[in-house]
Amino acid sequence: MTAGQILFNVVFYFFALLTILSASVVAFSRNILHSAFALLFTFWGVAGLYIFSDAQFLAAAQVLIYVGGILVLILFAIMLTHRNPREDSGQESNQSSSVILASGITVLVYIALLAVYLPVNWSGKAASYGTMTTEMLGTALTRNYLIPFEAVSMLLLAALLGAAYLARRK
Amino acid sequence: MPNVSNNTSQYLFNYTNVLLFLLAGIAFVFASIAFSRIMAWLLGHRKPDPIKQSTYECGELPVGTSFIRFNIRFYIVALIFIIFDVEVVALFPWAIIFKKSLALKGDAILMFAEMFVFVLILIVGLIYVWRKGDLQWVKTLGDKNVKDKE
Repeated sequence: MTAGQILFNVVFYFFALLTILSASVVAFSRNILHSAFALLFTFWGVAGLYIFSDAQFLAAAQVLIYVGGILVLILFAIMLTHRNPREDSGQESNQSSSVILASGITVLVYIALLAVYLPVNWSGKAASYGTMTTEMLGTALTRNYLIPFEAVSMLLLAALLGAAYLARRK
Repeated sequence: MPNVSNNTSQYLFNYTNVLLFLLAGIAFVFASIAFSRIMAWLLGHRKPDPIKQSTYECGELPVGTSFIRFNIRFYIVALIFIIFDVEVVALFPWAIIFKKSLALKGDAILMFAEMFVFVLILIVGLIYVWRKGDLQWVKTLGDKNVKDKE
């Protein structure tokens, strides 16, 4: 192995480990604020893995939208709803019906994940679209799919108006 | 072990810059904390008192807990921010194409018009939230209070 390949592997496992460890903190932390901050590292790690998968645009979008936007929104939502997130909320419901419902949903999600995971031949080489994916996306959006692209703008406008209207009503 | 072609590893090498920036940023945080700790240990007086130990609030006396229920207006601004964040992301692929289309004049004008319409539609939303006063920060502090003080 050359030095470059070693570096490559080190960085890859760094991002993989970062993603998995921070995701488990998100899942297992008792403090919802800790979960939200751990989500920051999960999003970062996933962005790194996108780069390894040649998905540069997705990585940039991940950092800008998820790290920069969604996470801020999640933190604001926590601060809006929780009186004191430092205290354990202690509102765990031990009702068997909600436990059964949660387990059922989890099992369904895992079945869906396995249905995606199992048919793929992971040992084979992945189809490569090269490293110019952002450029290809730009060509597609501005030439072949112009109307959908402008429709995205309309969709964003509708989302903006709706969100501002609903949030203001209180 | 991830399986990569030569081409991909070449392109990943370009991301070494990003990685170095990331590592330098992380290192900077820890280095500055360590530096300030060491300097405080070397130079500082260790005479703690209740006022010294209290949270620093720019000269204000800290009242209550730092976890208060936030004003809904923060959330509205964050929502508006996300919409325009997504718009910025949509600019990326266009920007790469636009740079290359500059060689052909008619092509460049078309590209510019396409993105102009995209941005224009969203500017309607900006005007809406602006007119509705969602971006106005000092709103309900009220003109009344200001007048009372004067």
